[in-house]
Amino acid sequence: MSKVMSADEAVGTLESGMTLGIGGWGSRRKPMALVRALCRSDVTDLTVVSYGGPDVGLLCAAGKVRRLVTAFVTLDSIPLEPHFRRARESGAIALTEYDEGMFMFGLYAAAHRLPFLPTPVGLGSDVMRVNPELRTVRSPYADGRELVAVPALTMDAALVHMNRADARGNAQYLGPDPYMDDLFAKAADRTYVSCERIVDTADLGKEGPPQSLLISRSQVAGVVETPNGAHFTDCEPDQRRDEAFQRLYAKAAADEEQWAAFRDRFLSGDEADYQDAVRRWQEEQ
Amino acid sequence: MTTQTGSDVGIDATRAEVCAVACAELFRGDGEIVAAAVAGFVPMLGSRLARATFEPDLLTTDGGPVLSARPVPLGTQADAAEGWLPFRDHLWLVLNGRRHVVMGPSQIDAHGNTNISCIGDWERPARQLLGSRGGPGNTLLNTTSYWVPKHSPRVFTEKVDFVSGVGWDRGAHEIRAVVTNLAVLDFATPERRMRLRSVHPGVTVQEVVAATGFDLTVPDHVPETRLPDAEELRVMREVLDPKGLREREVPA
Repeated sequence: MSKVMSADEAVGTLESGMTLGIGGWGSRRKPMALVRALCRSDVTDLTVVSYGGPDVGLLCAAGKVRRLVTAFVTLDSIPLEPHFRRARESGAIALTEYDEGMFMFGLYAAAHRLPFLPTPVGLGSDVMRVNPELRTVRSPYADGRELVAVPALTMDAALVHMNRADARGNAQYLGPDPYMDDLFAKAADRTYVSCERIVDTADLGKEGPPQSLLISRSQVAGVVETPNGAHFTDCEPDQRRDEAFQRLYAKAAADEEQWAAFRDRFLSGDEADYQDAVRRWQEEQ
Repeated sequence: MTTQTGSDVGIDATRAEVCAVACAELFRGDGEIVAAAVAGFVPMLGSRLARATFEPDLLTTDGGPVLSARPVPLGTQADAAEGWLPFRDHLWLVLNGRRHVVMGPSQIDAHGNTNISCIGDWERPARQLLGSRGGPGNTLLNTTSYWVPKHSPRVFTEKVDFVSGVGWDRGAHEIRAVVTNLAVLDFATPERRMRLRSVHPGVTVQEVVAATGFDLTVPDHVPETRLPDAEELRVMREVLDPKGLREREVPA
């Protein structure tokens, strides 16, 4: 059964107030086309769970985020994300700030229907101070060690971007790192996969080994074909990060007037308009 | 670009090269563990230099998820892999412990507590920075060192605004040392407070004290940071960093 749909259809199933996971990592293989569709929608008041990059920045700029759950927000080659910074410095969003590994344990717990997973990580740090809801547990064994009980990061929906998928939702990464996208898919009630290209199931084996088939169709509610859909983040080996465009984004994001101009030029239409506008900009360079 | 810094006749090393060798020295004796030098070009170069010279069992990455078969030049990808360490396995390896990480703090205090999260009140920060990243886990479970390319009282502060990396007084596994553009600092005092271990050639103790925003322990005799030897200079200049990326990171 085909689960192929458009980005707007996928986003059309989301509701305001939801907890939404976003795959990728920093400025790497982010489902940016789905994020752009989300920014065009009426959905708002989201709790966003993400190893944050420009996905978080764009959603903050569009006023979609009520709370962010993260360990960092970065553009990688540019350390700080301007929209996220402004959102924090103006008090526009609430934050749940974890260590990267705590965050991963929260994903593993949610993916496996556990209420929490124990880890020592977080103890001694101010992550414990700013998350007063965090509880610790004591090992029942002889060591008696105190551990942080990282609560499951359950989600209503998750968005991820992969290199390939078939129409039923089997999804493949071809780059060097899976990030946590399979965990997001398992941790969410429903997951939408965008991909560079939809291929026949039989062809998935032509480009990568079985272990590159990261996400099973049993976890996927919808498949969206969005070539260059991670732009301007990377999607190796199909696309490298568009560093020049990311610099343009970061510069514009740091200034209100410039941001208005950027938004008019690149984000005022649909995804096809975005990709056209990016191509035209690239030709000017 | 080349600054005469040494008292040794015939050695003509830049400050960045002295810093890179000091970063290499962080890993001396570490053996067969992952050197995760994420703080910048200089510590990355240092970790690869250590592996290429006196610490051959170290595992190093190409900056991505590949454990390279050999130490690779800065900015290039590994031509051969000996292992795979995607982010999820990096985060598990933090718990395993066979890892020594070099991070870059925005603030650090006398016990080695560090902040990369935000400046000001966390609830409404004056300056939002990265967020805690892997700081809490790294410092609690792995040997951790720090690289500070610009030693100043803003970085070396009495009290950090947010503890993203735990110091010796908050349960750190081991905060080994801090390498800066001016000096090497460690915690070899009974109360594990920061101590000046050595000053780089051409730097005075007074300069370091003035650039440190808390009371630094200064021994009666402060040695000079050692210079690179001829082989280390050759490996840095000809093999591991022929483009001189290290020079960009250290203020002249």
